[in-house]
Amino acid sequence: MVQAPAVELEGVTKRYPGVVANRAVALTIERGEVHAVVGENGAGKSTLMKIVYGMVRPDEGTIRINGEEVAFHSPRDAIEAGIGMVHQHFMLADNLTVLENVILGAEPRDGLEIDFEQASRRIRELGERYGLNLNPQQKVETLSVGERQRVEIIKVLFRGAGILILDEPTAVLVPHEVEELFDSIRDLKGQGHTVAFISHKLDEVLAIADRITVMRDGRTVATVTPDEVDARQLAELMIGSELPSPETRESTVQDEVLLEVRDLGLLSEGGRPVLEGISFRVRRGEIVGIAGVEGNGQAQLVDSLMGLAPSAIGDVVLNGQSIIGFTTRERRASGIGLIPEDRQRQGLLLPSPLWENAALGHQDQEPFANGIWIDKRSARVRTEEIVSRFDVMTPGVDVPATALSGGNQQKLVVGREIMAEPRVLIAAQPTRGIDVGAQAAVWEELKSARSAGMGILLISADLDELIGLSDTIHVLFEGRLVAKLDPSEITPEILGSHMTGAGEAKAS
Amino acid sequence: MRGGRFLTAVVAPAVALVIAFGLAALALLLVDINPIDAYREMISFGTTTASLIITVNNAVPLFISALAVGIGFKMGLFNIGVEGTYLIAALFAAYVGALFSITTVLHVLSIMLVAVLVGALWAWIPAMLKVKRGVHEVISTIMLNFIAFALSAYLFLNVFRAETAGLTLATDLIPESGRMPSLNPLLGWFGIEPRAGANLHGFLLVAILLGIFYHYLVTKSRFGYDLRAAGINPSAAHASGVSPNRMIIWTMMISGGLAGLVGLSQLLGFFNQYPQDFPRNYGFNGIAVALLGRNHPVGMAFGALLFGFMQRSALILDLRNVPKEIVTIIQGIVVLAVVIVYEVISRYVQRRTVAAAARATASEPETVEAA
Repeated sequence: MVQAPAVELEGVTKRYPGVVANRAVALTIERGEVHAVVGENGAGKSTLMKIVYGMVRPDEGTIRINGEEVAFHSPRDAIEAGIGMVHQHFMLADNLTVLENVILGAEPRDGLEIDFEQASRRIRELGERYGLNLNPQQKVETLSVGERQRVEIIKVLFRGAGILILDEPTAVLVPHEVEELFDSIRDLKGQGHTVAFISHKLDEVLAIADRITVMRDGRTVATVTPDEVDARQLAELMIGSELPSPETRESTVQDEVLLEVRDLGLLSEGGRPVLEGISFRVRRGEIVGIAGVEGNGQAQLVDSLMGLAPSAIGDVVLNGQSIIGFTTRERRASGIGLIPEDRQRQGLLLPSPLWENAALGHQDQEPFANGIWIDKRSARVRTEEIVSRFDVMTPGVDVPATALSGGNQQKLVVGREIMAEPRVLIAAQPTRGIDVGAQAAVWEELKSARSAGMGILLISADLDELIGLSDTIHVLFEGRLVAKLDPSEITPEILGSHMTGAGEAKAS
Repeated sequence: MRGGRFLTAVVAPAVALVIAFGLAALALLLVDINPIDAYREMISFGTTTASLIITVNNAVPLFISALAVGIGFKMGLFNIGVEGTYLIAALFAAYVGALFSITTVLHVLSIMLVAVLVGALWAWIPAMLKVKRGVHEVISTIMLNFIAFALSAYLFLNVFRAETAGLTLATDLIPESGRMPSLNPLLGWFGIEPRAGANLHGFLLVAILLGIFYHYLVTKSRFGYDLRAAGINPSAAHASGVSPNRMIIWTMMISGGLAGLVGLSQLLGFFNQYPQDFPRNYGFNGIAVALLGRNHPVGMAFGALLFGFMQRSALILDLRNVPKEIVTIIQGIVVLAVVIVYEVISRYVQRRTVAAAARATASEPETVEAA
């Protein structure tokens, strides 16, 4: 007897403003397999999985779970159908214990009371069975990233999920944690669970998946098994033929130092050093890359440079002038710009019109300001320039920023920062979560800003982007710069090993 | 976009009013009163010339109070302390204003200046508590209200009360030069001759100027841009160079300064001194009016007029054996209904805007490739 597939999608289409995230996608995930969905950032993997999990409703198409057609209205429906999802960004309450986090919203009851005993027993049971060892009484705030992920997986299993969706589960893990995760995935599969695994790391996918579906530009372009392809062929499927490369051609680095950071340090609220002894230089026409696994001090580095962390010590010299005591506004006025890592949190006023968003960070400078007033007319003109030069797809400059797709929002942010012509631009994750076309456009703009003499500090989790664009790469590990590398001499693998602290730390 | 503005600015409050008066009608039916008769009475009494003048007089302090609350709301600050602020400010203004006599314009202006300064200083306290110690302004302003009530009562009885005690307890009278003239002569030009005692307060002009000031400050100035940015997305505002602490202090002090003026229309246009029973509740009702008007000056003006009208027209209900508390119920329902209906409509408008942007920019999915 043929079993119906665990998940079967047909003709699923989802449109967002300015972009079609999924175009008539077909995908079949058999029961009991580990099925990887790979693709570049913006290829539509996450949207597709959110559709399966009921977070996003498709515009067209049918979804069958275990052979039955479903129309999920919310994740609750999906959970009832036996689907669980572990998000890339964990959704845990730090000040609660593992036990409390797991049962939150699905509390086992004994009469009117919560049956903590039973819950605790089941968590230990699940942990043993799948190699997800955790102490149920421990507070989540004391857990490592890998342990937090285990809490998320147990949370999903606790709710009885037979089909697990893992969204980029390895993005935040160090190598030995990845190994442990893979062991757990094998255990899950061994006991009949179905695992859908989103990733863009091809080696990992080849190591763990039974079958691999490749997405490109919102479509599923192929489904293959790991023994049919190697990483190179998989990459070709992923990027198609016309993939833009981040490669920079010739060096435009000049002698003039635009930004010099000396012995920068910062303590966390708990008094632990989160940045220590950071020193580097950015020259005119140079892109300096900062590599590192997320959470090693990147956000704190940006905050310290921008004046958002006033307790930072050390010295930051911009154009020969020490700006360490400056406010954020004074720093921006003296020629430092920022593309924030999270555009929606730090870079945009979502309900406000585009022209107000184009002014953000420059509201006290021309052309946005005129004396004590905001100059709406010239602000709109400048916004129209940004929209046309940076190819922001929008019906106009008066629509709210929330109406734009992520890629177009990012192009607006990049455009406003580059057109303000800062001496030094801090670009944090400038192409995160945007489609391939927008990614290429952002790379091009960064390259031309560099050749026009701008100094750029590029902080990125995308190793190809770092190696392709940077003139120099520093590796940030646990708040320190542990290596200085020449991008022309390294591969993503070498860079990756430095990022875990494994590479020999070269004094620079 | 135009349709969206019409929906949120006109349709939402209209629907809310219909709902509110409908629900209040049900409440009246429950106590065996014909709502249509009651409403008819309110309208016929409320639209006499004298009533309309008093409606506007009622609306002036409510409007100024709503401006004070609204500017805080614009950056996500909830200043619940307008009530206490205006009492303290009016008391000081009354006392200082009675101390001297100069030319009319200067005298009135200097009384207003005292009120603004006292109000701003009073609001500086919760601002500093928030910036330095992280005390939430809702808590501190509520507490400061009680302190203001007690402090103003103490100062009134022990320091500022007139020595020449007449029948009523009050501060000394402000000389003629410090009073705000009535606008009745202006009405005369339009052929309106109100009966004696119905004086249109001159402070109406100040309220209108304050509304214009509020509009330019919030929507046209750089300060207003920073203010709104901090209200919409504090992290993004901070990263753009807006200092959160500076904004909290300035906004609270502007709010307090406006709050200081709330009591002055009554002080300078009616009492000419601070009596022991100085009118209360403008501060709390101002919060409702700010919600009703969505922090927009025109919206708040309509809201203040509506509340002013209901306060005035409620007086007739007592004479007709209808509990006038029904008006308080209507006011409450109007605010709730406006908040809810506005939210529903603005979500609808936003969905429509996003969908329209999607249609205008998205390419259609191309034909499916052969599997």
